[in-house]
Amino acid sequence: MARLGMVIDTRQCVGCMDCVVACKTENDVPDGHCRDWINQRLEGRMPNLRLTITSERCNHCDDPPCVSCCPTGASHVHDVGKVVLVEHEKCIGCKACLASCPYGARFIHPRGYADKCTFCIHRVEQGELPACVAVCPTHAMHFGDLDDPNSEVSRLIASRRHFVLKPDAGTRPRIFYLE
Amino acid sequence: MLELVTTRHNPMIDPALHVWGWEIPVYLFLGGWVAGSMIISGYLARRGRTPGDGCVCHVLPWLSLVLLSLGMGALFLDLEHKLYVWRMYLTLQPASPMSWGGWILILVYPVLLLGALTSIPPDLLSRWPALARLAVRLREPGAARPLGTVSILAGIALGIYTGILLSSLGARPLWASAALGPLFLVSGLSTGAAFAHLIARNAEEQTALLKADNVFLTVELALIGLILVGLLTASAVHANAAALLLGGPYTAVFWVFVVGLGILLPLALQSLMASHRIAHTVVAPLLVIGGGLALRFVIVSAGQYSHWISP
Repeated sequence: MARLGMVIDTRQCVGCMDCVVACKTENDVPDGHCRDWINQRLEGRMPNLRLTITSERCNHCDDPPCVSCCPTGASHVHDVGKVVLVEHEKCIGCKACLASCPYGARFIHPRGYADKCTFCIHRVEQGELPACVAVCPTHAMHFGDLDDPNSEVSRLIASRRHFVLKPDAGTRPRIFYLE
Repeated sequence: MLELVTTRHNPMIDPALHVWGWEIPVYLFLGGWVAGSMIISGYLARRGRTPGDGCVCHVLPWLSLVLLSLGMGALFLDLEHKLYVWRMYLTLQPASPMSWGGWILILVYPVLLLGALTSIPPDLLSRWPALARLAVRLREPGAARPLGTVSILAGIALGIYTGILLSSLGARPLWASAALGPLFLVSGLSTGAAFAHLIARNAEEQTALLKADNVFLTVELALIGLILVGLLTASAVHANAAALLLGGPYTAVFWVFVVGLGILLPLALQSLMASHRIAHTVVAPLLVIGGGLALRFVIVSAGQYSHWISP
């Protein structure tokens, strides 16, 4: 079974927000909410400054705390690609998953259920890329099976220095950022 | 310099997590209060106290039913997808303390109802002979003692779960302590004892309850100390979380309302009451009850504010 993940090259990402707009359009994300977003981290001392731009979203963790805390099983690991999803008709809106996510990746949809990035599973199941990956104008985003050593994502992780977000939270995130 | 700019602006998430307002602290407080009352009434019932002797143990189940219903009302108000609440009871998720909690509440209600039934004089139940027979049966020591034991066990489960519910959410470093469950249990016991002291009618029972409350308050203080030491000696993330209560934005409200007015002052007053140096007063128990509520508000609010600091 595949273990889908994402690799994002921070040297190529320019923070254009195409991924954010594509996600909102593809998934009909309600106004005032976002499933993905751009963070800019500026550090150092003039003139030696370093700017890191990261396109962020649910990390579809290997050890997802949002799944284990869910009282109804609405948050679950999907059979396809071990993607973390929410079954809207099972969600009671208790918000435990929002509190358990160290990335702040979830929100409450105006209809009442917990919502978040799905890796565009409806597209992936049709053999397409997630919308954010498909539209990236600098080709900074890559998507594929992390368990396949010959996949593009596996080769990028093997060949480039990379980091994940909040590694000390212990959730084993599946989005990798190339330095 | 370190400057962070984000385009995320999700309600309840940014700029800091605030998914739970007044409803959850109120529910946790009332749940803890009911848990404490169940343990106290169960203990007294096991000691052979009967409704005829005016023991508080036969009033507490009635009040607990009201308090728990109010708490569950608050919990229901907090849900965002209210019409789907029944989904809780189509499954048991072993890794989710919230799922256990839903089922524990289902267990607690019948125990409270049976406890309440024992205090109804059988002649008032003459129109329902089966209930009258059950009430008589439950008053017999052979049934009252096992019911007391079940009441104690259900109270412990309810009290501990309210703390574990938070401590299982590892993304919030302030809640990352196994002592949070026992803290909420002891705080519930303290609140239950303070309230029982308020409504107790005989002096001997009042004195016993305030002495017990002094023990609960002392243990509560020790557990708060242990939690803070545990956080301070863990990672920088956890030390930062403890700093919210030790110089950070929650310091004043925590030390004044939870520790000062909610534990230390009533402990001092109740110690003087226990040694008969001052008369019994409602001030101390009311302070304890207020302190229990303040504890839930501070822990829930500060815990949501605490987060992993790494990028």
